[in-house]
Amino acid sequence: MITASNPSLPATAADLPEPKRWGDRLFKTITFLSAAMVGVGFLLVAYVLIQGAWPAIKLYGWSFLSNTHWNPVTDNYGALPFIVGTLVTSLIALLIAVPLSVGTAIFLTDLAPLWMRQPLTSVIEMLAAVPSVIWGLWGLFVLMPWLHDVPYTWLNKHFSFIPLFAGPIEGSGACILTAGIIVAIMILPIVTSVSREILRSVPDLQREAAYGLGATRWEVTRIAVLSYARRGLMGAAVLGLGRALGETMAVTMVVGNSPKIHASLLQPGWTLASVIANQFGEASGEIQRSVLYEIGLVLVGVTILVNIGALILIKSIETPGSRRT
Amino acid sequence: MSDQAKSVADSSPSAPTPAPQPGSASPASMPSAKAEVAFDIQDLSIFYGKTQAIKNVHLQIPAMSVTAIIGPSGCGKSTALRALNRMHELTPGARHTGKILMKGEDLYGPHVDATVVRRRVGMVFQKSNPFPTLSISENVLVGLRLNGVRDKAFLNQRLEESLRMSALWDEVKDSLNRPGTSLSGGQQQRLCIARALAVRPEILLMDEPCSALDPIATAKVEELIHALKSQYTVVIVTHNMQQAARVSENTAFFYMGSLIEFGPTEQIFMNPKNPQTEAYVSGRFG
Ligand SMILES: Nc1ncnc2c1ncn2[C@@H]1O[C@H](COP(=O)(O)OP(=O)(O)O)[C@@H](O)[C@H]1O
Ligand SMILES: [Mg+2]
Repeated sequence: MITASNPSLPATAADLPEPKRWGDRLFKTITFLSAAMVGVGFLLVAYVLIQGAWPAIKLYGWSFLSNTHWNPVTDNYGALPFIVGTLVTSLIALLIAVPLSVGTAIFLTDLAPLWMRQPLTSVIEMLAAVPSVIWGLWGLFVLMPWLHDVPYTWLNKHFSFIPLFAGPIEGSGACILTAGIIVAIMILPIVTSVSREILRSVPDLQREAAYGLGATRWEVTRIAVLSYARRGLMGAAVLGLGRALGETMAVTMVVGNSPKIHASLLQPGWTLASVIANQFGEASGEIQRSVLYEIGLVLVGVTILVNIGALILIKSIETPGSRRT
Repeated sequence: MSDQAKSVADSSPSAPTPAPQPGSASPASMPSAKAEVAFDIQDLSIFYGKTQAIKNVHLQIPAMSVTAIIGPSGCGKSTALRALNRMHELTPGARHTGKILMKGEDLYGPHVDATVVRRRVGMVFQKSNPFPTLSISENVLVGLRLNGVRDKAFLNQRLEESLRMSALWDEVKDSLNRPGTSLSGGQQQRLCIARALAVRPEILLMDEPCSALDPIATAKVEELIHALKSQYTVVIVTHNMQQAARVSENTAFFYMGSLIEFGPTEQIFMNPKNPQTEAYVSGRFG
């Protein structure tokens, strides 16, 4: 028991020694330096890209972004086919991956029997760690031939009047849709595991509020879980989108590597990231090399713009009261 | 042990025998053989895995009156209450033995749907939990919407009625489209009460509904409970013995999962038959 009679102990808070501040300062400095390093790193990357791209930028100007040609023989280069390829494959990937991921996450947090949840979660987290090139190989040798033989042939036979599914289809099955599907499979695990964390953070009290009104499981998921978590889930989707935009190796192996814009998803295409990987090693001449740097710059720009757009979308999600009933 | 000590200290610091307020437990409202029974609990035991939270409880909760469940922390009050609308089933690993009849019907019968039970038996929780993405009016009406009610005029009427019943109408009638979570803590709890009442349940369960509220908000909720008892069966868990004395006609005292004593509130507080009840209500715990 502490007693006031012990002279070595402070009697009141006012007698306490000054708190030591150096730890605080050290902590602040370390965190500031880490943050600064990220900024410096980004500037360095931007500098290298711009420097490398400078000859191409001077040569083609803004028309580089809208030019649809890619001809190394005449040194006529444009980025549009790659921009379109990147956006379309990423969009396909998101359209497939987000509903599946959120569904899986709902199953893992709210529906699966208890004994199943942990093992399933571990499997999904392991899938997230499979290297890109492995997915590419699997896509190339297993998924792509099957896609060609079954769904693509069928789609092309019955729906070729729809421009999205017009032929002729490549014998290999390499096309924009295949790339989108592979990327979807690749981002599934990470989007699922982030979505799961977000759903787990929904307070049980929210679920109970809905159950208490006599809601069924699906209704509880809808009114208590999904609506509470919707911003977080969109964040998870944006994370997946970031991965999809930059995905390189697997896409290179299945996208068909053709610098053309087609309306049909069953036709080959190319993406910004995969053209860099594919051509940088054998780029002939200074101009082509510089053009690939500029493609890298465009990829960074597209990624930033898409992310900003997504953030604005998330921010603008209506909150109650912004709407009249 | 420390839990028990804490709960006693919380609920009656100076350990007086709380006097029921006039009118709250009149002799006319005492349970009698004739009074209709809302819940007939027969030999109920509830387990969480291997631990037994409720032990062989027999209890008849009368209809159209307020019944309080009191007892120290962890004695099984919430568990017992949640068994009455099958909420405890949502806890993984929870199971029960015994029977609960609601108006003569087996609550856990093979053809009884838990979601239907929860529509008939509404619930208000310890912490207010409005849906943050819904507006005030949407929060109140969410239960009706779940039931497929679309009639605008009817919904508007229910909205006003329910908010009036929970004494919130005057405070929110001009801001029905604001988020439910924009209200103060006490208002949010009354919003949750309105939400539970909007579907017109037959019975209302309340689990320490005032524990997070200030005295003024608490008084409002207690008034509301008073007003409800002419039309509703209310079962309220409370930590606060004065509150039990103020709002209820009958009181059940639980201790370590067992029902120790049940009777008219006045008798439980003024003249308990069981020495453990006596010790608890007088603030001594033996
Ligand atoms: N979800 C749960 N899992 C395991 N044990 C629980 C759970 N909820 C309550 N219990 C246990 O059941 C007993 C009764 O709890 P509860 O009904 O919440 O008490 P009270 O509401 O009276 O404070 C306590 O011993 C508590 O530890
Ligand atoms: Mg409790």
